[in-house]
Amino acid sequence: MIYVGQRLLRAILLLAGVSALCFLFTEMAPGSFFDEMRLNPQISPETISALRAHYGLDQPLAVRYGRWMKSALHADFGYSIAYNMPVAPLLWKRTQNTLLLTTTALLLTWFISVPLGVWTANWREGLLDKTVTLASSFVISVPELVIAVAVLAVAVRWRLAPIGGMTSTDFDGLSEWTKLQDLTRHLALPVLILAVCESAVIVRHIRASMVEALDAPYVHAARGFGIRRARLLFRHALSAAANPAISLLGFSLAGLLSGSLLVEVVCGWPGLGPLILEATLSRDLYLVIGGIMFSALFMVGGNLVADVMLLAFDPRIRREGTNAD
Amino acid sequence: MVDNSNKYLLQVHELKVTYFPANGDPVRALDGVSLDICSGEVVGILGESGCGKSTLASALLKMLPPQAKCEDGSILFRGRDLLSLPERDLRAIRGQEISLIPQDPALALNPVMTAGSQVSEVLRSHLPLNTQQRRQGVLDLLREVGFNEPQEIYSTYPHQLSGGQRQRIAIAQAVACRPALLIADEATSELDVSLQAEIVTLLSQIRRQHGTAILAISHDPVFFAGFADRMAVMYAGRIVEVASTDVIFGRPLHPYTQALVRIATSSVVTGAAKSARLPVIDGETPNPTSLPVGCRFEPRCCERMDVCSRRYPPEFMPAPLANVNCFKYGEHVD
Ligand SMILES: Nc1ncnc2c1ncn2[C@@H]1O[C@H](COP(=O)(O)OP(=O)(O)OP(=O)(O)O)[C@@H](O)[C@H]1O
Ligand code: SF4
Ligand SMILES: [Mg+2]
Repeated sequence: MIYVGQRLLRAILLLAGVSALCFLFTEMAPGSFFDEMRLNPQISPETISALRAHYGLDQPLAVRYGRWMKSALHADFGYSIAYNMPVAPLLWKRTQNTLLLTTTALLLTWFISVPLGVWTANWREGLLDKTVTLASSFVISVPELVIAVAVLAVAVRWRLAPIGGMTSTDFDGLSEWTKLQDLTRHLALPVLILAVCESAVIVRHIRASMVEALDAPYVHAARGFGIRRARLLFRHALSAAANPAISLLGFSLAGLLSGSLLVEVVCGWPGLGPLILEATLSRDLYLVIGGIMFSALFMVGGNLVADVMLLAFDPRIRREGTNAD
Repeated sequence: MVDNSNKYLLQVHELKVTYFPANGDPVRALDGVSLDICSGEVVGILGESGCGKSTLASALLKMLPPQAKCEDGSILFRGRDLLSLPERDLRAIRGQEISLIPQDPALALNPVMTAGSQVSEVLRSHLPLNTQQRRQGVLDLLREVGFNEPQEIYSTYPHQLSGGQRQRIAIAQAVACRPALLIADEATSELDVSLQAEIVTLLSQIRRQHGTAILAISHDPVFFAGFADRMAVMYAGRIVEVASTDVIFGRPLHPYTQALVRIATSSVVTGAAKSARLPVIDGETPNPTSLPVGCRFEPRCCERMDVCSRRYPPEFMPAPLANVNCFKYGEHVD
């Protein structure tokens, strides 16, 4: 339990740090929401400063941060100037969409990476292994944006799946079953792009930890007792490789979340990505900070889940936990 | 001539194994090793570090690393040549007919599997038992190797066990399917002296109860005293002397054996530096990448003769059941 407590504390400190940095950077960034208004001769400087005061933007940084912290504790996260409404409900809807995208991509990533990692570790230097190594180096070295555009281009050329939005325009009139189909088709491309980019990284890690486990003396010893190859792979080596793989889970969630911000913009998926971009362009301060905080929150949450799973899986860590009790 | 092939459980004939490291010259680790083991017999392999003991143990299960090649010779187990068997048949033999107790018990157990399930895995891969029977089988085995509370041990993880306990788990795995031959590669060298004695007692007991033949490997002659029936002394990839344990300790024939035994027994008397891994004999083992033509012990031997560096000494039998490759025992005039 102490183990989980420590992780929780670390997560909270991390979030506080991220928020402080957010404030600092937005303060240093040039421009503000009211820049365009200032250029408008019909709006008097008095109106603008009144508005600034209304949103609390005339206060010093520390005061604003303190106020924001207080509202964040009430799950509020400040007020959007552009939308003229609290940030939290705005973010919440978008967050659901982002989470749908990233968890689907996460599942697909692991669905691809684990079997492929196990296979390539078992048949080292085989045809598939060489192909995977080559393909993953390629994907890793090419920017995500290029891959996204390439996938979209292919999809457009052969009309493989719809691009843009989450649903078709006639979505509301569809039956439940066709609604699900429609949503799936809209999910397909962004999920594919994310999963391809992330699998390229994850498959290498899984292969490496499987190779290490397969070469470990205990797997060699088990082989000497006549245990079948398949059993060695999936029971003996995979359970030993699970520890690094689970730590990787949190890491891969982080990768997917940051990747999704970009992919959402490119594919027109109505998640946090386009919202943050839009808010940044219009200098909608609290919306930017809120969006970043939500992303950070899920990243930290994902890592916490991985930590707890690690605790459940690995007896050595479990012991450290109980010793500390 | 009597046909002895039924009497022997294992017949190793002129086995040659070479390592081909990715960088560097090939290493001839076994250079014509011949050895017979009868059912229920304990045979000890004695030799300094690097003489090829572990290579021999792995070769017997055909578990050599990929860069090693078995270049010549044969390994007959119950009349079947293991070197020509397909992997599927070998898998059925490993753990069921020949078992290898690994060298280092700290590394040989899977850190994320319970002790009991690791023993259970061996049963499951060879015997058609249901879950209940398997569990009972594991508990019986744990009791047999000396655990008084097998239930508790069943669900502990390796890191919760001591070195001696881990070695017992490894032994339980090895004997789970009642193999006819047990290979123990330095089964006790990682343990302290009192634990060593306990493990030797356990192995002797297993042999007595189940008639298991044991090929025991060690660099320490004392390990074999009161345990092995016969001993084979290895030097630089070859067996230089095979004799009963009494002969090895009482009147060793080969100058190398004499030196090993003298050092080991004198340090028992004085109690000095017993933990030193290597017996101290002047000189070094020959470079395995370029072995001499003649007797390999010649550079270190204080009884060497002219002939010794010219060709490899053939096998002589100066006493019944004692074979030695040394010119002292014949042909010394050349
Ligand atoms: N993987 C390998 N690649 C190259 N050479 C090897 C390899 N393993 C062993 N050798 C060489 O083969 C020879 C025999 O090694 P082996 O491990 O069989 O000796 P050993 O008698 O078991 O020694 P120890 O008492 O240290 O365990 C040594 O000279 C060693 O350097
Ligand atoms: S053959 Fe010669 S050199 Fe070799 S051990 Fe015998 S006496 Fe010594
Ligand atoms: Mg060895």
